Amino acid sequence: MSIDLSQFIPSFLEESFEGLELMESGLLDLQRGDNETIHSIFRAAHSIKGGAGTFGFDNVTEFTHLVETLLDEMRDGRREVSSKDTEILLDSVDCMRLLIEAARDDEEYDQDKVEQTSKRLAETLGDEQTSADESRSKTDVEANNVCGYTINFIPEHSLAKTGNDPIFLFSALAELGQLTLSADTQDLPALKDIDAQELYLSWQLTLYTEADEAEIIEIFEWVEDECLLELVPIKAPSTTSANTSSTESPSSPSSTLTNNEQQTEPDSSQKSTQDIEQPPKAELVIDSTAEDNNITSKTKTKTKTKDKGKAEVGSIRVGVDKVDSLINLVGELVITQSMLSELGNDFEMEKVERLTSGLEQLLQNTKELQESVMRIRMLPISFAFNRFPRLVHDLAIKTGKEMELVIKGEQTELDKTVMEQIGDPLVHLVRNAADHGIELGDVRVANGKPRKGTISLDAYHQGGNIVIEINDDGAGINRETVLAKAVEKGLIEANAILTDSQVYDLLFEPGFSTAAEVTDISGRGVGMDVVKRNIQSLGGRIQVKSTLGKGSSFKVHLPLTLAILDGQLVKVGTETYIIPLIAIVESLQIDNKLINRVSGDMVLYRLRDDNVPILPIYQLFNLATECTEIDKALLVVVEADGQKIGLMVDDLLAQQQVVIKSLKDNYQQVAGISGATILGDGSVAMILDIPGIIHMALEQAQQAQRVKTDGNSSVTAEVCL
Amino acid sequence: MNIQEMAQDIPAEGEHAIEGVDFITSGDQYLTFLLAQEQYAVDILCVEEIRSWEQPTKIPNAPSYIKGVINMRGIIVPIVDLRLKFSIGQASYLETTVVIVLTYQSEESTRTIGFVVDAVSDVLNVDNTDIKPAPAFGGCVGQQYIDGLINSEQKVVTILNVNHLQKVEKHSLHS
Repeated sequence: MSIDLSQFIPSFLEESFEGLELMESGLLDLQRGDNETIHSIFRAAHSIKGGAGTFGFDNVTEFTHLVETLLDEMRDGRREVSSKDTEILLDSVDCMRLLIEAARDDEEYDQDKVEQTSKRLAETLGDEQTSADESRSKTDVEANNVCGYTINFIPEHSLAKTGNDPIFLFSALAELGQLTLSADTQDLPALKDIDAQELYLSWQLTLYTEADEAEIIEIFEWVEDECLLELVPIKAPSTTSANTSSTESPSSPSSTLTNNEQQTEPDSSQKSTQDIEQPPKAELVIDSTAEDNNITSKTKTKTKTKDKGKAEVGSIRVGVDKVDSLINLVGELVITQSMLSELGNDFEMEKVERLTSGLEQLLQNTKELQESVMRIRMLPISFAFNRFPRLVHDLAIKTGKEMELVIKGEQTELDKTVMEQIGDPLVHLVRNAADHGIELGDVRVANGKPRKGTISLDAYHQGGNIVIEINDDGAGINRETVLAKAVEKGLIEANAILTDSQVYDLLFEPGFSTAAEVTDISGRGVGMDVVKRNIQSLGGRIQVKSTLGKGSSFKVHLPLTLAILDGQLVKVGTETYIIPLIAIVESLQIDNKLINRVSGDMVLYRLRDDNVPILPIYQLFNLATECTEIDKALLVVVEADGQKIGLMVDDLLAQQQVVIKSLKDNYQQVAGISGATILGDGSVAMILDIPGIIHMALEQAQQAQRVKTDGNSSVTAEVCL
Repeated sequence: MNIQEMAQDIPAEGEHAIEGVDFITSGDQYLTFLLAQEQYAVDILCVEEIRSWEQPTKIPNAPSYIKGVINMRGIIVPIVDLRLKFSIGQASYLETTVVIVLTYQSEESTRTIGFVVDAVSDVLNVDNTDIKPAPAFGGCVGQQYIDGLINSEQKVVTILNVNHLQKVEKHSLHS
């Protein structure tokens, strides 16, 4: 077998992580008791074990084997599903993930944790299994005295169809030592009944070798699910008994019976992996395995469609339907193109109507093409949501509160880049909801609420945005506590009068926490400001609503994609700039009476209750413009980081969607500019970076101040002299 | 006319034929252009295209020699006026003013930048041995931009280093 296996490792890793996710979500559902769930968990564990074995990740194989054994007992109904076992299994999933990640990065892993968990697993499995394990290790030791093996190899009839040829296996075995084999032809039907594609033979092989069992098993790795394999060491009579003892647990007559019902199907394949042999009637086993294979492959496809989108950074799995629609569109585009070039060949004025309709069609095609290309980057938000059931489960245990998570709108699609960056902020919000929001069961009952708290995650589209809501029916935010804390921290004046939304905005101040005590889950006041910053850097915003005693709601608004934004085109002098629509609060004509000049140079505009500083763009960017009079210009009020600012522009032009192009590729980042775009007439326009501009303006103001104070101090120095 | 006859019409390596047009010869080829009356050259393999001058979109607070950015088939390309950058001649924009768009592929990135020059003149075949180091005496063009000098007939052509030309100096806002 000289195939370079390492090329398959990435896909093994990817599938393993998918499998782990499947196990995790299955385990969380397990409490509700459902045979199919146990089966799917078992299958996931089994394929991870198989894959890890193939690629030589022995620690993964070993560990997963324990997990599998426990699952096997649950599956056969020999063990009741208890929440204690589920916990252990969940921890095991974490360990498996740790191990696989360590294998992927070729790094050390936390051995203590893995050892502890495997010890707990072994304890749970009980004495029976431990003894089997011991005898197994005895087998390993004794294997050293073995000088060869008798191998019973009974392939399924369909083995040849999978592209495996026993001849290759045998020649690989022959390389290990001296091999004799005899074929068993008793299954061979009469000549007229033979199907040329079936394999009717089985073999008994005798191999004298110094190689150990594992090496032999490895040769059969590719076919082990499609055959019955029995390995009996030669000249070591005691090991035979050890082998039988390890077989003993699953081979009771009742399990042989259930073999017929396809349920136990992975049994046989699993057993062959464990080198546990079970001598049931060959025919029976073959039938069930065949069916089992079907099932496994079916589940595999199911898993894939469900988790499509789960991919390593840099690659994306796209549904075939999306690619197909793309190809259709390109086809249409080509047709339109050829129609237009035909038209252009000998163009006469009377064809102008056809030209217009052709161009319209081209426009339509391009639009559709653009939309479907964008859709390729779109993934269902379940990609970000699927970690939350486990999170809430763990938090419930840690905090001792009863709570459940309700997820809605998981199919809502979101741009991949946005998705990757929104995960952590969401985790933070959910954690807060669980820790600060939901009250203890007794308190809830006393307040007339159901004992079990509910946290809900909901995603939906609204306009060109996606909205993610995190709701809880917990205690809500206490306005007074927040205010008191803010005063204590010196964020606001003691007698300040704030609206509700201003109060909630305080929550996003760095270092702000109202939690009475710091827990290891949250309350340190680190984070909400980061949450807000992350969301804003994605061009989104967050809204808080809360009713004391009823619960709170966090609404995160995000743009669907980062590559396109809705912009307001404005004119300053001869230049056109684009202001992201999401940043604009309002645009207005300047009323002279509302302009106030304060503290020397600063120009403020009274916008209802707020005083908004006016920032002329031509000054900021050193542009020549005719419109330097404040009262002739228009004011676009924008907001970022909670700071409102009025940008003075000459004129408002159209609103349109623009494709963002980076300036960094060929040039460099420019302060105050987040990128450029190409307008309909082919010219380039700059997109304003609102938070950057506000930052720039602040810096400039500070610098100006410094210059002034420097000037003052030098004057005083002179006076002193 | 059979193929053999046609083949004879193609000049052999190093041979100069047909009304002074150079055919592919040994050595490197350089595109020469004018800044005021001086001749400069860049490696022809870096030349993406030569376009006529059009008013670019300004970049706020950029140094004066960076004229702005243009849209070249969907790519945003900055435009540098070499005359301003090197302070040679007058930065006037006439019908003959052209922009040479150069692409340079370094290990980490590919950059495409357009350079405004007074006129494009010729393609020069140069043997590497004919390139002489530039004397390190003054001049407004920094030494790091110059790869060497070539003698072409009566004139001296300065070969510019495209990699260095493309390095954009960081500029701050408050210039």
